[in-house]
Amino acid sequence: MELVCPAGNLPSLKAAVDNGADAVYLGFRDDTNARHFAGLNFGDKQIRDGLRYAHDRKVKVFVAVNTYAQPSGWERWRAAVDRAAELAVDALILADMGVLDYAAERHPSLNLHLSVQGSATNPAAIGFMQRHFGIRRVVVPRVLSLPQVAHLIENVAVPVEIFGFGSLCVMVEGRCLLSSYASGQSPNTYGACSPAAHVEWRDTPQGQETRLGGVLIERRGHGEPAGYPTLCKGRYAVNGEIRHAIEAPTSLNTLDILPDILAAGVSAIKLEGRQRSTRYVAQVTRVWREAIDACQRHPGAFRPQASWHQTLAQVSEGAQTTLGPYHRPWH
Amino acid sequence: MTIDPMQTSPLPRLALGPLLYHWPRERVLDFYAEMIETPVDVIYLGETICSKRRLLRPEDYWELGERVIAAGKQAVISTLALIESDGELKTLRRICSEERFLIEANDLAALEFLEGRPFVAGPSINLYNQRTLAFLAARGLKRWVLPVELGRQTAADLLAVRADGVECELFAFGRLPLAYSARCFTAYNRNLAKDDCQFCCLDYPDGLLVATQDGEPFLALNGIQTQSAGTHNLLPMLDDLTRLGVDLLRISPQSEGTGDVIEVFSACLAGRMDRTAGLSRLRDLAPSGLCDGYWTGHAGIAHTHLGERVR
Repeated sequence: MELVCPAGNLPSLKAAVDNGADAVYLGFRDDTNARHFAGLNFGDKQIRDGLRYAHDRKVKVFVAVNTYAQPSGWERWRAAVDRAAELAVDALILADMGVLDYAAERHPSLNLHLSVQGSATNPAAIGFMQRHFGIRRVVVPRVLSLPQVAHLIENVAVPVEIFGFGSLCVMVEGRCLLSSYASGQSPNTYGACSPAAHVEWRDTPQGQETRLGGVLIERRGHGEPAGYPTLCKGRYAVNGEIRHAIEAPTSLNTLDILPDILAAGVSAIKLEGRQRSTRYVAQVTRVWREAIDACQRHPGAFRPQASWHQTLAQVSEGAQTTLGPYHRPWH
Repeated sequence: MTIDPMQTSPLPRLALGPLLYHWPRERVLDFYAEMIETPVDVIYLGETICSKRRLLRPEDYWELGERVIAAGKQAVISTLALIESDGELKTLRRICSEERFLIEANDLAALEFLEGRPFVAGPSINLYNQRTLAFLAARGLKRWVLPVELGRQTAADLLAVRADGVECELFAFGRLPLAYSARCFTAYNRNLAKDDCQFCCLDYPDGLLVATQDGEPFLALNGIQTQSAGTHNLLPMLDDLTRLGVDLLRISPQSEGTGDVIEVFSACLAGRMDRTAGLSRLRDLAPSGLCDGYWTGHAGIAHTHLGERVR
């Protein structure tokens, strides 16, 4: 099972490589990838340096071009695919059928992965994408329970990658428009959820308020910790009660079920967090490397070490973790 | 307001989108008995949200479809937007093999089953650009519903390059479908497990309202689907939509006044009703206000009134 780690910049890429990643994934500096944040991602020089650093250490580099092109921006997506092909990256992670069609036709030898943003959750959907575009891996959205993941793996001819750790998308990826409803920009169209330019923090007598596109997505007591300003993790009024109507601020952490993930036949496990610090990348990569190695050695005797959980808890959103959709009661 | 005499495009036709909510069986049957009498040209039928909702089975929708056809309208069978289980996939395959009707795909899985015969791509199929449009057209696409977050510019760009015989439908009135999840948010907010949901979504015939802490209606929870609380409304843009060559306008069913909404659109298109009067009528019919920001390139929640200035 391959460990796929996030790299928002060159230092993070090196941290992932140095701490045991089998592959790193990254994006170009524009809206063609789903972490289109200021100061993040790779220009030409960084990507060449990064490729050399990773390849010298036998680590693969995947490039995500995993947002959706509209006609006015099509040339940017096409150029991103061509550039990745020219750089001879180990895989291109795509979501958009049009972009996949272009990449498969123009660069037939390029190794294509279907991004989580491609929103394929079942054998028929994955089969369709494989038949037409020759995808060689699928990253499945965070909607399936682990038994469903295992069942999926038995029924598709494509290796399956899942998210193991990091910020948790509650909605099926690639089909969530909540961010653009409030801000005008979504992961699909712009490459960011709840983009920073649309977020406002305000201290008011009622509490500390977070607004996205002017919409009040959270109001918390003074002293309560602030979560990430994603609107699916805010508190709202439902049936007369103020509550987390969609999900509480929490991170995905599947360390406890790693032996089951391994037994299910998962080909690769992905850590979320290209927008996080180099320290985060180093820490989570190291923990997951140790955990996967330990689990592969003795799956029956695998027990996550307390220090691993401690490290991961320190970097988790809301300092809470969940098995999320992999655990049926979450649904 | 009358249609510009200089414009030559045919008027958009009206379509009734699939019922997104869970209503009691009798209510659904009564609803469609009423809808068949309205001036919509197309009626979409079928469960698109949750496979546990089985008060009407595919056979019931097929029977309704026959009645729609007998009334001189087109019946389209809509399919589930998020497919996770084998059972869901099996049902989808069975629905897609029914050749009496055009089928609306709402998940990539349906494309796998429908390829090679005429089909509709619903709003949760990510058709964002000309290459995807051409790719799907080569596989049988006859109509696509523009993803709701896309605006006028992209619609115009796609309309300009679409193949002959491929129609464009816009989500023109209703609470916007914004997201799908493994989690049932209706059950979650009733502190029920999804596997023991007690069909509590029956209690919310227009979805469960989520308001911000300062009291603004924001979202509506409909089982595993999250909708906008605001009702997306393209009535003010009718002339522009006609000029662009939009073929169909989708009106999404709501618990009260769907027939009135259809009548307003129909009368405004035909020039029998003043656009301002129509808009004011729609304002009264929307459960939590109107919005149109997506169409004008803004946040979806925005109510830009830009269409009102087109005149």
